[in-house]
Parts: sequence; structure tokens; C-alpha cells
Amino acid sequence: MSTTTAAKMLEIRWHGRGGQGAKTASLLLAQAAFEIGAYMQAFPEYGPERMGAPVTAYTRISNEPIRIHSNIYEPDVEVVIDPTLIGIVDVTSGLKEDGILLVNTPKDPEYVKEKTGFKGKVYTIDASQIALDEIGGNFPNTPMLAAVVKVTGILDEQKFVENMEGNFRKKFAHKLQVVDGNMRALKRAMQEVKGL
Amino acid sequence: MAKRVSLSGNEAAAFAMKQIDPDVVAAYPITPSTEIPQYFSQFVANGEVNSEFVAVESEHSAMSACIGASAAGARTMTATSSQGLALMWEMLYIAASMRLPIVMTVANRALSGPINIHNDHSDSMGARDSGWIQLYSESAQEAYDNIIQAIRIAEDPRVSLPVMVCMDGFITSHALETLEVLEDEEVKKFIGEYNPDDFLLNADHPIAMGPLDLQSYYFEHKRQEQDAMDNAKQVILEIAEEYEKLTGRKYSHFEKYALDDADIAVVVLNSTAGTAKVVVDDLRSQGIKAGLLKPRTFRPIPGKEIFDALKNVKAVAVMDKADSFGAYGPLFTDIRNIMFDNKDIKIVNYIYGLGGRDVGTKDIEMVYNDLMDIVKTGKVYEVKKYLGVREKGGEEVWQL
Repeated sequence: MSTTTAAKMLEIRWHGRGGQGAKTASLLLAQAAFEIGAYMQAFPEYGPERMGAPVTAYTRISNEPIRIHSNIYEPDVEVVIDPTLIGIVDVTSGLKEDGILLVNTPKDPEYVKEKTGFKGKVYTIDASQIALDEIGGNFPNTPMLAAVVKVTGILDEQKFVENMEGNFRKKFAHKLQVVDGNMRALKRAMQEVKGL
Repeated sequence: MAKRVSLSGNEAAAFAMKQIDPDVVAAYPITPSTEIPQYFSQFVANGEVNSEFVAVESEHSAMSACIGASAAGARTMTATSSQGLALMWEMLYIAASMRLPIVMTVANRALSGPINIHNDHSDSMGARDSGWIQLYSESAQEAYDNIIQAIRIAEDPRVSLPVMVCMDGFITSHALETLEVLEDEEVKKFIGEYNPDDFLLNADHPIAMGPLDLQSYYFEHKRQEQDAMDNAKQVILEIAEEYEKLTGRKYSHFEKYALDDADIAVVVLNSTAGTAKVVVDDLRSQGIKAGLLKPRTFRPIPGKEIFDALKNVKAVAVMDKADSFGAYGPLFTDIRNIMFDNKDIKIVNYIYGLGGRDVGTKDIEMVYNDLMDIVKTGKVYEVKKYLGVREKGGEEVWQL
């Protein structure tokens, strides 16, 4: 089965704050990978569940069954959903030198490079603004998720968009009006991510 | 036809219970197994199962209700964790000694205190001597498969004992994974109908269950529990074989991973075994003969089979996610006891991951390095060590 374009297992670490949807994003990405036939694993690091407290979540995607059951210490991709965590949490800890750092910020990748000292590939996306415009609230996880797919190229973009629409229709069956906004946010994020 | 699904360990456990459609589920929610009764009660509310769901006021009552239901002749299931299992304690022994085939999922969690909700094996290890069969599961897939097989094992007239299916709390219970599930009809056919020989509601053949049993017969009845455990060894293998025919997934008393020609080996339960396999592959690619033994059946422990599987290994590290203060970890105690007649093998104990302290590949590499050192020098300096603990004498200083 060859479903993701990644040669080996891809490990993604999500940093956010309680309430921003880091856990949901980690699960949604895994679900999207599952639906095109890949093996996946997704789990948050459970702690005191408080709104605003730093939250870490993890996603693994592979063409082979995944046997490892530990946190991710050397991620291929680091996703920072809340930029205020930079400087508070060591977000690039263990991030592979040739890895990817994706940050939710209106600023340019150069600024993040300077702030973090990370030498690998850096991308930025103003996910909060996109969410405010399209979903009507600060729910940056949907645009961040789309940006991850864009910058990693691990999933076929077209299939990803189709799967997400299906997922949203299921997840928001009781309030279908939010589906269109989420889909717009998703598509915009794929176009507006900086650093490509 | 197998169906590919994405489920968490708790979802997989609840889904297995839905397919089993037991007569009675009595449960009280506790982290991290809360979702199991939660999802199951939804199946009940939606009319997707025919089960009677008994919402009780404590785990002591949950197990008591399970005992009552099972004694009455009902196929009975439940789930719990940690303090919940601890609160069931006295009833666990009664379930086993009344020979009631209750199947319970345990999402393993540390015991208080200090208060901790994360994974280790202190809860189920404390229930080791209760007379319950214990099966351990590396993944959501194994938890699902074990729960279905557990029904057959428990209800087999040669066994007639309750079965505890353990999986790691959070690590397995809350992680979304890819797995394969059976069709409802396949599960129904595999487990069959439950028709016990004796049960309390059988008016044609009235019996007493659980009466006072003093010096005259108590000892004989306890001895029969040992016989049932002995029988379970064979029954577990028979059912695993049948299950393999149905699913293609092979189960036994334990899994051997790169073990047959191994010089050094780790023995470890549940999810950490998966992480250890990654380390074994890495060491093998460097030409190091590393292997792994992952017990599935912890009670009854398959002594002879483990002896044979480890007999050519030079050094073994038994990793315990539970401690017995002032003694050794429970798995180590068994393994070293089993290997006693093999004087050539060196065996050490690592206590790891208490209260959910994460264990990564680097930690396990350290254990294998230690074993290589033991093989090289022929010396064991410390039999019991603590892996990843932040104090003098630990193997690693935990990085804050």
C-alpha cells in the first residue's frame, strides 16, 4: 500500500493551548491519512485540562503498521498553533534539522527563524485571521491542518479536501452552516501559507 | 469480511462489547476507561444492543452487580481502571471463586497516592492473585481481539473463570489507531450462545452459590481454581488458533520477536513492547542479536513455554510498570522464578514508567546496552534498577 508520499514514517508534534484544538487537529490529520489507506496514530499528552494551558499532541503517519508507543521527541514537523508559546515552551526541541516548523502568525518565516534560531524549513500562516474571517471565531486548527498538508505534501491535496468535507459534514451534522466556513478556511490556508 | 477502522483503545473495547452484545453490563466510570461504559450506554440507549446496562454507585457495586448477573446465568461484562479496580478488590476474589465468567476491560492506570491518572500496571498487578485470568494488549487491535477471545476463554467449562483484558491507559485507551474489526455476525458466531450448566435462575435445578465454606471444603475449592488456571493454558491456545483462522491474526501465550537466536532480550507487557520492537529492529540492523518476549497471558503464566523461549538467551531484562517496594517487580519475580533452573542466564529488573512517565526508544536502548554489558563482563552489579527516574541511582536524569 502506498498512500502517503513520505518514504518513512512521518512524525508531527502539535503545540497549542487548551481550547485551540491541537488535539482535534492531531486526530483530524490522522483520520484524513486513515481514509486514504495509511496507518496512523494520534494522541494528545493529557494533563490538567485547562483553557489556555500549553497542550502537546502528536500524529504519526506511515505506510507500514506503527508499533512505537511513546511521545514524539524528534519530530519531522512541528506545528505551533499558538505563537505566544514560542519562548515559553521549547517548541523546536528535538525537531530534525531538515524538518519543518509551521507557525500560526501573520509574520514572515524570516521572523520566526530569527526568533527560534531554527535552521530548517520554516513556514508561517495567519491561521487565526483566516479562522476569524471564514469561521467567525478563533479556531486556528482547521487552517493549520490544511497548511500542514500543504507544506509536507504527505497527502494528496484533492483527496484531503474531499475527505475533510465529508468529515466536517459528519462532525457538524447538527450545525451544517459551519461546514462551508471551515472548508473556505481550509482552502484559503493552502493558498496563503508563506515560505513555499 | 474484515473491516478497516480508526478507533481509540476505548472505542475498540466498547465496539467489541457491542458486537458481543452481553446480557448485562454493570459499570461505574473512571478515568481512563470512562469512555467504555459511556459509549456502551449510548449503544444501549440507541437500541443497538439488547444488554441491560446497570449504572451503579461505585465499582464495588459494579462488580457486585456483575457477580449477581453472572451467577443468575447472564453473559456479563464491565470495565474499570486504577482506584475503581482497587475498590472492586474483595469482589474480584468472589467472582473468581464463584467461577463466574465475567469479562472486564482494564485501562491500566497508576494507583493513588500521590494522585495520578496516567498509565502504569499497579492496578492489575495488584489483582494478580485474585483468581482472574489476565490478558495484556499491546495496541487497540490486540485489546479488541483479546476481549472477543476472553468471552470464549471465560465461558469454557474447563475454565469457568473471569478474565481481565488489560491495555495501557491513555497510551492505548486514548490514542487513535488503525485496526481491523470483524463483522457483527462473525463475532456472534465465534462467541456462540452462553448456556451455563448451572445458574441461579434455573428453577429446574436449584443450587446455592457463594455459601459459607470453612475448613471442610474451602481448601478443595481453592485448589480447583488452580486446576482451572492450568486448564486455561490449553483453552487459550485452542481459542487463539480458532481466532487466527477467522482473522489471520496470530495469538499465543506470548509473542516472540526476533527471540529465537537472541543473545539479549527484554520481557515487557503492553504498549511498551511495540516501542521495544522498533529498538530491536534497529539493533538487529547493527548486527546485535537482540530479541523481545511480550507476555499476553500473565495469569496463568506459561512457565514451561517461557523457559523454553528464553533458554538460549544470555541476559534478560524484565521491565515492570509496577513495583513491589522492598522486593522486585511482579513480572520479574515470575520470570526469574521460571528461569531458576537455567543457571547460565543473567536476569535483571527494570522498574519503568510509573505514573505515566513516558518511555521512548532511547530508554529501551539503554536497557539493551546494559544487557550487552552484562554479557560482556558476565557481571550483574544491580538486579533492580529504575529507568528514567530523576534521582541518584537512576539510569537517566529526566530532562525538564
